[in-house]
Parts: sequence; structure tokens; C-alpha cells
Amino acid sequence: MAHVNYGTIEPRSLGFYAVLGILGAITLAGLGAALYMEHHGHWITGMSNQVMWGVPHVFAVFLIVAASGALNVASIASVFGRQLYKPLARLSSLLAITLLAGGLAILVLDLGRPDRLIEAMTYYNFKSIFAWNIYLYIGFFGIVIVYLWMMMERRMNDYTKPVGMLAFIWRLTLTTGTGSIFGFLVAREAYNSAIIAPMFIIMSFEFGLAIFLVVLMAGMRWTGRELGDVVFNRLRFLLGVFVAAVMYFVTVYHLTNLYITQRHGIEGFILLDGGIYTKMFWLGQVIVGGVIPLIILFSGLGKSRALTALAAILVVLGGIAQVYVIIIGGQAYPMPLYPGKDIVSSSFFDGMVAVYSPSLPEVILGIGGIGLALVMAAFAMRVLPFLPQSLSDADADPHHKAA
Amino acid sequence: MSLSRREFIGISGAAVAGMALAPGLRLVELARARSPEEAVTRLQRWGLLVDIGKCHDCNACVTACHEENGVTSHGRPATDAQWIRKVELKDKLTGYVETLPVMCQHCAEPPCVDVCPTGASFKRIDGIVLVDKHICIGCRYCMMACPYKARSFVHEETTNQKPHAPRGKGTVESCTLCVHRVDAGRIPACVEACNKDGNKAMVFGDLKDPHSEINKQLASAPTTQLRPDLNLNTGVRYRGI
Repeated sequence: MAHVNYGTIEPRSLGFYAVLGILGAITLAGLGAALYMEHHGHWITGMSNQVMWGVPHVFAVFLIVAASGALNVASIASVFGRQLYKPLARLSSLLAITLLAGGLAILVLDLGRPDRLIEAMTYYNFKSIFAWNIYLYIGFFGIVIVYLWMMMERRMNDYTKPVGMLAFIWRLTLTTGTGSIFGFLVAREAYNSAIIAPMFIIMSFEFGLAIFLVVLMAGMRWTGRELGDVVFNRLRFLLGVFVAAVMYFVTVYHLTNLYITQRHGIEGFILLDGGIYTKMFWLGQVIVGGVIPLIILFSGLGKSRALTALAAILVVLGGIAQVYVIIIGGQAYPMPLYPGKDIVSSSFFDGMVAVYSPSLPEVILGIGGIGLALVMAAFAMRVLPFLPQSLSDADADPHHKAA
Repeated sequence: MSLSRREFIGISGAAVAGMALAPGLRLVELARARSPEEAVTRLQRWGLLVDIGKCHDCNACVTACHEENGVTSHGRPATDAQWIRKVELKDKLTGYVETLPVMCQHCAEPPCVDVCPTGASFKRIDGIVLVDKHICIGCRYCMMACPYKARSFVHEETTNQKPHAPRGKGTVESCTLCVHRVDAGRIPACVEACNKDGNKAMVFGDLKDPHSEINKQLASAPTTQLRPDLNLNTGVRYRGI
């Protein structure tokens, strides 16, 4: 592949403006939900003093994790020199930026005092992982924008590899930071584990590639561009490998906890008798997000574009379920304040499984973040050439022989 | 009445000397109370000792705290703030039942302070852990990190606030160890109420003063912290858990 042609999305396409309009409306609804929550206070949400991070945080963490993972396709091209992935690198970087923006927007709009964001930008407690993450997020935007510039400006192409290397290292650090928000928390038994940060990294590979694949397939199809089997199958099998890798990490995480007697309570809660969290784990995370996609992606079923797209969407849904179990399940299970004691009574819900049912504004805010990420990506693809004109087998691989 | 020149000079001199000396004498008096600059010192560490053997089925500490600090209920237990609570425990093996008050444990190594991105959660050098309501952005990370479930998020508009305990929708708060009273040389409201209306189960004092009542009691019998395994060196200690 000597030269790749890129193009914008054609103007005056009714379909494009319909997509833009729908995504824009979802984004505005999210903003409206945030204003509603901010005006009334958080008591109108499902969140409480027991579960203080709710559905907005599930969507925010999912998007932030997916953002760094979406960049992987570009890294495979620039850092690991795989030419096949090169035409995909621009879209990969674009999604990395917009997914992060969508996730951060949710996080900021859910703050108790979003008007005080300037405090978080001007004063840092350097022992806080949140404070590290503010640097990591801002740096990520800057580095990926420069990376895109290196890729899109022909005179700068020579610098793509070193900048791509920096972006790759930065994104690994960023996801380590996101995972460590939970991994470094000593108070709760579901967290407090060194495996959480690497597990978040492999989750980012999975979520990011699933979203990338869906956007790529939709973008190519809706703009009449060809996506050949060579590129398609490579991405399909890669997604399958990532799904399996996430399942491996999840298994090791739970095996560790199952071995530690102190943690049998939380494990029983998530795996056996935690109600909605147990269902979300087995049905959402394992079956929908793991087993079904694995079967589709690695079997003949995956040759069907529609089924592979479905598998990618199931990975996204399973991923949201996984983050839900981690964040909300981890808070719903009571903290072990009084080992060896049963709690007879407490006015503050000590020892009780916390009740959390997400409110509509929270859900709309979360989905609004996804809307924002996608509307930004769609708009960018309209004004700048992010999509390759063709990913046909002949373009993707000159040595490819039609079977 | 007429004054001789000598008398006039004598009286004037005494008046001037008095005016010059009075502020100095007044300062000696002021120095006994603590000025705002001197209020906090590393030489002190404030702490509480709760004797669970004496703590019974009474809510005096909780009522007094919430009255003192203007922590009012909206009738929504899941989102209402609670700075202090009573918990009743039953031993899993023996069935022994005991009750105790739980509040911010004023750790020497507070996890809430570690995780706070803006530094709104902070520990005074005299050991009192507080939230600066002016710079808290309401991220609730401190609530995720606190092993004692000591913190509350202000979920709705607050009214009838006390000037010494400002509260604000969208920020996090917790027991201040009645810092406004401690700085004025008084004891926290919960301890005062426990002594007056309760069972005299709580002792407040300076953990660094070898002669303080709290230190004498800590030295005289075994006590423990909640979650001692976390090694947070709490300022609140319990006897009899």
C-alpha cells in the first residue's frame, strides 16, 4: 500500500445530517439532564450516601477506557509498523479524542459543583489519582492532536512514529491511571487490587476496538466506501483476541478474591447472590459481552458483516455491564467496618447492601456523553479527511489474491 | 479646685503611663486565649475515646451533633447527611450485643485527604480532618476512599445553617470534631451531650498531652481503632469492641 487516499464525508447528504441531528439531540438531552440534576441537587438521582458514583460514572469510565483503546489501531500502524492498519490510523485517533471528550463531559457535569472546575485545574494534590488523571487526560488530547497532525500533514509524516510511540506510552499510562482510581482504594473489598489497572488496559483494548469497528463499518457503508475482507477479518479476529483476554483477566481477578477468605463476602455477592449485580455479571458481562461475541467472531458466523457488527455492539453492552458491576456493585456491597460482627441496626445503612436504581436523568446524561463523542466524530469526518476512500482488498494488501 | 503645676504634671504623667501600659497589660490577657494564628499547633493532637461498655441505647451524641452543626433531615435517609451515627453490633460467635457511635475517625493518615484532587479534604496539624467547603468540587472520591463511611454528600439545598458550620449543596462534609468549639477551648457537642444526658462514655482531649484525661484513660486499659489493619492511626479510639 504505497499511498492512501482519504476523503471527507460528502456534503449535502441527507442521511449524514439526519445522523448529525439525532446525535446532536441526544447530546442536548444529556446537557438538559445535567442541568436538571444540578438545579435540584443529587437527591433526585438514584445516587446516595451509600452509592455516590452512579450511572453517569459508569458511562464516563466506559468512554474514558474506550477512548484510550480506540487509539490502539493507530498504534499498531505507527508503533508496530503494520501497514495494513495505516489507513485506519486517522479514524482511530479521532475516536480516541472524541470518546475521551464525551466521557469527561459526563464526569464534569455530574460533579456536585461543576462551576468550580477551575479549582481542579489550578490546584493539584499530587497524591490524588484524580489529579494525576487531569494531567493525563489533558496531555492525551494534546499528544493525539499532534499525532493526527503528523499523520495528516505530509511534510510531518516522518515524525509519525516517534509521536505515535509517545501516544502509545501515554495511553497505557492513562488507562493505568483510570484503573488505579479503583485499584488504589483500600476501603472497599471489590477494589484494592493491583490487577485492576492492567485489567482496565485490556478492557480498553476491547471496548475501544469494538466501538472503532462499529464506527468504521457504519462510516464506510453509509458513505459508499468499500471495506474489504482482509481488513475486516483482521479487525474481527483482533477483537476476538481482546474479548478472550478480558475474560482471562476477569477470571484471575475473581480467583484471587475467591482464594482470600476475607473477600468471600464480596465474591459471593457478585457471583452468586447479588441480585442485579450477579445477573449483570453472568448475563451482561460474561454471556452477552464475552461468550456470544467470541462464538460469532471466531466461527463462520463472523463472516457475516451484520453478525460481526452485532458482536461488536454486544461487546459494548457487555462492557457497560462490566463497568456497572465494578463501580456500582463495588459500592453496593457494604464495607467491612466491623469484622466478626453482625450489624443489628444503624441509621446510616452500615452492613446493608445499598439500594441503587438509576434515575432517568442519570441515564440520559450518560447516553448524552456517547452522543457527544459520536457527534464530534461525525462532524470531524465531514470537515477533514479521516476516512480512507477505499479499504478494498486490493488497496489494503497488494499481494492479496482473490480466493 | 486648683492644681499646682507639680500636681498637674504628676497626674498627667500617670495618665499617659497608664494609657501606654494598658494595651500591654491587655495583651498579656489576650495571649492566654488563642489568636487565629496561634490556634492550631503541632504540639496538640485532638482525639476522642469512646468507652463502649458505658455506651447504651441512647442517641444524645447524634442529636447534639446535628443540632450543633445544623445538620437537618429532609426525611430521606439515603441522601440525608449524617455526621455521627449509632451502630448496634452483635458478635457473630457469641451473640454479644454492643452499641457505639461512629463518626469521622480523624486519621493521622486520612485516605480522604490522599484522594482529594483539589486539596479540599485536609488535615489540620492538630489532627482534625476537615473539608474546605470553598474548594470542594463535589467529586465524592473521598467518600469512595473513606473506610468508615464517615462522609456525606449534601444532596439538596440547605437552610438554617449555623454560621460556624457552613454547608453547601454539591459538596461533601463530615464530623469536624466541632472545630469551632475546640478552637474556643470547649469540647465537642457529642461529648458534652454524652456527659450531660448520656452515660459519660466519651472523653475528648489532647492525645499529645501526657497529663490529659484521655491519655490517662488510654494508658489504663486496652483500646482499639476501627479497622486497625489499615494502619491509619485514628484520632478516635474505642474501648471494649
